[in-house]
Amino acid sequence: MNISAATFLPALVRREHASLVAAMLAPVAALGIAIFLNVGLYALIGRDPATVLYAMLLEPFLSWTSFAEVLLRAGPLLLIAQGLAIGFRAKVFNIGAEGQFILGAIFASAIPVWFPQVTGQWIWPLMLLLGALGGALWASITAFWRVRFNANEILVSLMLSLVAAQVLNYLLLGPWKDPAGFNFPQSVMFQNDAMVPTLIAGTRVNVSLLIALALSLAAWVFMQRSFMGYKLQVGGLAPRAAGYAGFSEARAIWLSLLIGGFVAGLAGAAEVAGPLGQLQRSISTGYGYAAIIVAYLGGLHPIGIIFSALFMAVLYIGGDDAMVSANLPIAAVRVFQGSLLLAYLVAVAFVRYRIEWRRPHLWSQP
Amino acid sequence: MNAVEFIISGMLAAATPFLLAALGELVVERAGVLNLGVEGLMALGAVLAFIVVYHGGGHLLGFVAAGLGSAVLSLVFAALALGFRANQVATGLAIGILGQGLSALFGKSYESLTVKGLPKLAFPGLSEIPVVGRLFVEDVVVWLSLAVTFAIWAMFAYTRVGLVVRAIGENPKAAHAIGYPVIAIRVAAIAFGGMMAGFAGAYAAAVYTPLWADGMIAGRGWIAIALVVFGTWLAGRIFLGACLFGAVSLMSLAAQATGLDVPSQLLSSLPYLVTIVVLGIISADRRLLRLNGVASLGEPFER
Repeated sequence: MNISAATFLPALVRREHASLVAAMLAPVAALGIAIFLNVGLYALIGRDPATVLYAMLLEPFLSWTSFAEVLLRAGPLLLIAQGLAIGFRAKVFNIGAEGQFILGAIFASAIPVWFPQVTGQWIWPLMLLLGALGGALWASITAFWRVRFNANEILVSLMLSLVAAQVLNYLLLGPWKDPAGFNFPQSVMFQNDAMVPTLIAGTRVNVSLLIALALSLAAWVFMQRSFMGYKLQVGGLAPRAAGYAGFSEARAIWLSLLIGGFVAGLAGAAEVAGPLGQLQRSISTGYGYAAIIVAYLGGLHPIGIIFSALFMAVLYIGGDDAMVSANLPIAAVRVFQGSLLLAYLVAVAFVRYRIEWRRPHLWSQP
Repeated sequence: MNAVEFIISGMLAAATPFLLAALGELVVERAGVLNLGVEGLMALGAVLAFIVVYHGGGHLLGFVAAGLGSAVLSLVFAALALGFRANQVATGLAIGILGQGLSALFGKSYESLTVKGLPKLAFPGLSEIPVVGRLFVEDVVVWLSLAVTFAIWAMFAYTRVGLVVRAIGENPKAAHAIGYPVIAIRVAAIAFGGMMAGFAGAYAAAVYTPLWADGMIAGRGWIAIALVVFGTWLAGRIFLGACLFGAVSLMSLAAQATGLDVPSQLLSSLPYLVTIVVLGIISADRRLLRLNGVASLGEPFER
């Protein structure tokens, strides 16, 4: 055996069985590491770490109004992440949820923009449905490109997100611009029936949160109890075995992307028909990318994702709070998100591996 | 200057950010590692170089800072992907998000500020040729990028180091068995890729469009990753692909300037649409990908 620096480093040794304890502890440990690292960064840029942490992690819970905003933000994250997680488990990496979200918002807005006068309680459900279909349609381009042309879905879905942002710009600066909107890039305000009904009086939390929770339950049933969900998971864990068992790879790709696009589009529709009430440029605030982190942090498990979506929403609201009270740049939230995912990926290594300190073999070997 | 001359004179400079980042990613992928964090690495390099140049440190120091900073961030990727055998896709995405976040954080007080770029150097003789001669009036970084392209091509084609890197990408177990330090060489490749992404970002923010704006990399890191596939892991074809994207991004500018009656958003999406189409065309040839592709790409190495 050659003696190198690596000989003296601890080695990762594969465990006999995946450690459940490590799996449960991983998100908590990741949070600890991320907080530790980011506190260092806050001190470095001259912000008081205690003030920042208080604003970021505690303030969102301290008043009912701010907690309601957390719930409002958790809805889209939860929806998108549940869809992405299904694909990630099948090793179909749809990272274009941002674009599917935008297309969902655009499709849903078509009704109030083109028919601003119509009334009736059927409008908002139809808008949500249209939005979901729009997201699925956008994702189907990626699926088609992957299945038909063997093109990498990561790159195609991401490029389509960048295109979607331009489509949105085009509509808001051109045909869909509100003529009475002082030239701002936004559509007309939607009529009342085009708005998702409020769930909790006095807040902006609406029925879409219930839909997100119901779909989380559906995702759990699909992944843990249905044969199709089982096929997807086998395809992700052991693609060859899935092939021998006759599970179609093409079908897995289509299903993963359509589900991901459908829920991301639904989230986009719920955003314009909910807190915004019109199509704006600011609809895409990176939910599609943040949801990737939410999906991993929740262990790609439907129940875990409910908690991670809630936490990520806290981070958004807390970031806004910290911007006000500690003058923290809003980019710090993105830094926290990135470092949180990195910390999680380190922590989750201990689910499958344990650390073993090797003694140098100089004297233990003959 | 008409549109054709405009594109010819600016093509190589516009291609350089794509080229530098894609050459770095080429070396990383040849060693069997997929680093999807290029966009974030470029963003970090861009802001570091901009800050140094803005405060009068000069372009050389700016590029050094960018190369070092992005290399350090890419070593975080290496620690996770190789040390902890983390999923390379997820790790790359996380590095990308972190890099973009850090760049926005560091660049907050420099938003929309500008610096001076670099002077153009004419290649004696060749630059006198009418029309095409404009290709040979470029700044020093462009000239160096061409040299680096040639060096990387020669490295993989003729040198022992190039062969070892390729062997590690094709079959890390076999390379390990005959005594090559797989992990160490992969770490070195990742650091090189990070440095090149840093240079690419530095060129974008401190030379090409010498200004800082959050999100200014605008997908160029992702296109660079796509370029490695377009070029089927060959330096020469990656160079041609980068020129194509340089020309496409200028075409949209030229079309806007001539007042063509096409929505500017369509022109802005042109590079992304071209990426999607070319990716489809190249990937559809599965034989080509198998022939030139890297066998162990993205798979963690365990002894």
